[in-house]
Formats: sequence, C-alpha cells, structure tokens
Amino acid sequence: MSRNRVIPGFGLSLGYATLYTSLIVFIPLAALAASGISLGAETFWAVVSHPQAVASYKLSFGASLVAALINLVFGLLVAWVLVRYTFPGKRIADALVDLPFALPTAVAGIALTALYGRNGWFGQYLEGWWGFKVAYAPAGIVVALTFIGLPFVVRTVQPVLEGLERELEEAAASLGANRWRTFRRVLLPALVPALLTGFALSFARAVGEYGSVVFISGNMPYRTEITPLLIYSKLEQYDYAGASALGVTMLVFSFILLLAINALQYWNLRRQGGG
Amino acid sequence: MKFTRFFTAAALGLALSSPALADREILNVSYDPTRELYEAFNKEFIHHWKEETGETLVVRQSHGGAGKQTRAVIDGLEADVVTLALAYDIDAIAEKTGRIPADWQKRLPNNSSPYTSTIVFLVRKGNPKDLKDWDDLVKPGVEVITPNPKTSGGARWNYLAGWAYAKEKYGSEDAARDFVTKLYQQVPVLDSGARGSTTTFVQRGIGDVLLAWENEALLAINELGKGEFEIVVPSVSILAEPPVTVVDKNAEKHGTTDVAKAYLEYLYTPVGQKLAAEHYYRPGDPEVAREYADAFPDVNLITVDSAFGGWRKAQETHFNDGGVFDHIYQPR
Repeated sequence: MSRNRVIPGFGLSLGYATLYTSLIVFIPLAALAASGISLGAETFWAVVSHPQAVASYKLSFGASLVAALINLVFGLLVAWVLVRYTFPGKRIADALVDLPFALPTAVAGIALTALYGRNGWFGQYLEGWWGFKVAYAPAGIVVALTFIGLPFVVRTVQPVLEGLERELEEAAASLGANRWRTFRRVLLPALVPALLTGFALSFARAVGEYGSVVFISGNMPYRTEITPLLIYSKLEQYDYAGASALGVTMLVFSFILLLAINALQYWNLRRQGGG
Repeated sequence: MKFTRFFTAAALGLALSSPALADREILNVSYDPTRELYEAFNKEFIHHWKEETGETLVVRQSHGGAGKQTRAVIDGLEADVVTLALAYDIDAIAEKTGRIPADWQKRLPNNSSPYTSTIVFLVRKGNPKDLKDWDDLVKPGVEVITPNPKTSGGARWNYLAGWAYAKEKYGSEDAARDFVTKLYQQVPVLDSGARGSTTTFVQRGIGDVLLAWENEALLAINELGKGEFEIVVPSVSILAEPPVTVVDKNAEKHGTTDVAKAYLEYLYTPVGQKLAAEHYYRPGDPEVAREYADAFPDVNLITVDSAFGGWRKAQETHFNDGGVFDHIYQPR
C-alpha cells in the first residue's frame, strides 16, 4: 500500500490531509451545526419551516438549478468552440472565460443590473418591447448565477474534449453513423463525467452566492429573496442561532444534492465500464 | 544559529520597548456615511491632542454597514470607541459582551448623540410627480425607493419616519400600520443597504422618490451634480440620533480610556459641531445650529423614544421576525 507512491509517506500525507480538511472544512461546519442545534428541535423547525424561508429555498435552489442547466448546455458549446476551432482572438476568448472567477461578485451584480435594469442596454428592450422583467425579478437571479457559474462547466469539460481523439469520430463516421449519432453515442458518453462535475460545481457555487444576487434580485420577501439574504437579515437582528439554523438547512440540502450527483456519476461509470 | 538568536533578541527588544516608543492609538468603529466626517474630525482631534498634551496620537477608523460593524465589535474587534447608526446596535454590544455598561446612553449629552439627522425625500429634477409630503408617496403610480429594513439600519429610520407621520396625522396605530403597508406596496426594489438604494435611484433611474438620510441626500446632491435632484422636506419626520460611546473594557485594556473620552467629548465642542454641520449632520449645539440654519430646514422631528418607546421596543415590534414589517409582505 505505502510503497511506490509519488509522494512518500502514506501515513504522513493521510494525516496531513485529514488535519487540513478538518481545520478548513469540518470544524467550521461543526461549529455552524452546533450553533444551529443550540435552538432546540422545536424552535429550529419553526425557523427553517417558516413560509418565508421555504419560499427562499425554492428560489435559491430553483434558480441555481436553472442556471446550472443553462451553463451545462452553453458551457459545453463554449468548450467545444474553444477546443475544436481556431479563430482570431481565441486566446483572449479563452482567458475571458475565467473572468467571472476573478471579478468581485458585487461588481458583477452591479454591472448586470446596469445592463438589465429598466434603463440599461438590454433591459430597455426586454422590458420596453416585450415587457419581460429581468432585473429585480427571478430571471435576474438566474442571469447572475449563470454568469458566476459558467467557468466551472467550461473548465471541467475543456481538458476532456482536448483529450478526445478525432479518430474516434472518423471511425464512427466511416462505420456509417451520422453526426447526431456520433455526438450521442461516441462523444457524449466520454464527456458525461466532466459535464456532471461541472454541473455540480456550478450548481453548488450558485446556491451559496450572495454578493451579485442581492444587487439584481430586488430582495422582495417571498418573491425574490434568496436564502443567504434571509441569513443576513437574521444576523442583523443578532439572531446568530436562527442564522445558523438556516445555514445548516442549506448545507443539508446541498449535501444531499451533491451526493445524488456523485451517485449518478458512479452509476454512469459502472454502466460504461459494463457496456 | 547565531542568526536566529540575534533575531530573537532583536524581536524581544522591540516588543519590550514598543509601549514606551509607540504613540498611543485608538480605533473608532463607525458606519458607512460617516467616513468623510471622521476623516476630517480625526485630523482636528490629533492636532488638538498634540497641543494639549504633547502626545502624538494615531486614530484609526473602520467603516461598513452598521449591523456588520456592530457584529465585528461583538465578535472581538477591539474598538476603543463606537460611533454607530442606532442606539439598538450599541445596546446589542452592551448586552452581548458586557464591555459597555447598560446605562451608556446617559453618559454624554443629548442621548449620547453629538449630531443628528433626519429622513427626507430625494426627488428628480423639477419634482415631476409633485411630491410634497408623505401622503403623496402612496398615490397610485408613485414608486418609492428605500432599502430593506431587515438588512439595513438606515432603512429602519425611513420606516419609522413614515409611521410617525401617519400616527401624528391620523392619530392611531392602526392607521399608521395601514399607511406603512401602503407605502411599502409602492416599493419596487428593496436593496440590502442604503448605498444600494441610492445607486438604484440615481444610476438605474428607478423610482420617483428616494427616502434618504438628510446627510446622504445633501451629499448626493452636492457630489452628483446640482440640478439633477431636489430635496423635499416632509412636514413630519423622525429625529435620527446616531449615538457614540466608549467601549470601556477595550479602552481599559489598551490604556486609552482618557483619550477615548476626550475624543468623544471633542465632538460636542464648537469645532466638532461645525465639522458635523459641514458634513451635513444637524449639530446639537444651538449656537452652531443657528449658524448653519439655512442648510437644515425646520421639520417637526419626532423621537424614537417618544413615538416608539425606545429602539429596543421599536426593533422588537416592527423589525424582528414576525414583526409588523414581516406582516406587510405576508401573502394573504
């Protein structure tokens, strides 16, 4: 077990990894859970099942899901274009993809609101011509979450696409598969694990996002109020335990969803390995 | 090895000698809109202290949303003095940490508020919707911009100002509740903070009227170009009293109690009062107030203590979970 590893000392590296994840992840989360639990079961339930909180979960998770799905489709497209085509300014386009990572999210929120607001470049047409409200509506939240989540799908899919040999496609074509069939039966199965990972990352990032959303959402209770904002408003009342209770609830939901995505990943690998 | 020993010795020497060498330092933890005021005031105070005692003082300041700043102090930011937006915030520090005595508000004149402000309307050039008083804001088609009182301290003043007006005019709590409910039905966007609302109104061009602190409104007019906006002063508004106090236990620990006290007392002197007035806060000193009377129109100002029985009660009744504000948005 411990022989012939690149990094020497299995015991040491395992110990270090455990300590590190404990310090960075487990202990803060345990403190959060402890603070939430201090409320007692009844109060805890009253806080997390309040209609306003429930409305915010639906919005937070719903908008994150929609945004991650949009990123799944268009992230794949962007990755495909960046890998398979050459065009002038390709490197710049490639670098631009990472920008949402680097930009402070509040700046992103303000910029998007400026674009999609009633007097913004897009907003004046969307709202003026079609009456479609983006800023200060749930659609605006989806826009912000799509923006911050895009790099996750592109950057996980890109290396896999680069590794795919063109010969596979040529072989499929020479065996009589049309383009759609080649994509579905040859390319997609190879890409699914990376797509799922990108989707999960993009989704998880969106669920916790606060900075950009509060500027574009309008923060109307029951309608455009995301759970992180509700947590923030509990903190404004110095209700630390209540805020933690909502935090724990989000954590549990997110964990279940990520676990489900991982299970899907596992099932997919087994199926591919078997077939 | 020698090298290490040398460094250890040097570090030790530095650590031991530093209290004698270093100048004393105090930290003022404040909220967003006072940034410019305290930059100017600190300069004056450092100069004043040097002349009085010969000591060179360092005053550090920290600004941010009032609630966030308060939590930082509760969680251990060692402020020598706090200059915040609401008495409720300082009450929370006193209650949660015991670093400030419960009767802190009696220690300095005017409820420990050296300067005050109020809530006014900022409207677009020429006041196209002809908004003169609170009643005009609930007319059909008028959009009101104000932040979310659950997340913004400033927004709570806006809400209470509207409530105080309606109670004064219609005489009952029920009427006040109806008025405030109507008022918030005119609000298309509830930003999370006061600066966010100003951006929505000024940059996004949304809304007909912004409910704002008088000092922020004056600042907006003077900074963002005159003639674009106008201030409308309603007949009744709330007296906003941003309080200040020494954080006793922190100052004792740092050995800065005398400086911290002198710092806050200096706010009440004519020098401090004039600076406050120049930064658009209403001075508490009647003589300085007369000097700047042109800048601050007469309003019937209602205090939180008289209309709401103090901040603690106002917070519990109106803004805590399950309070009056939550009922406004509850789906029926």
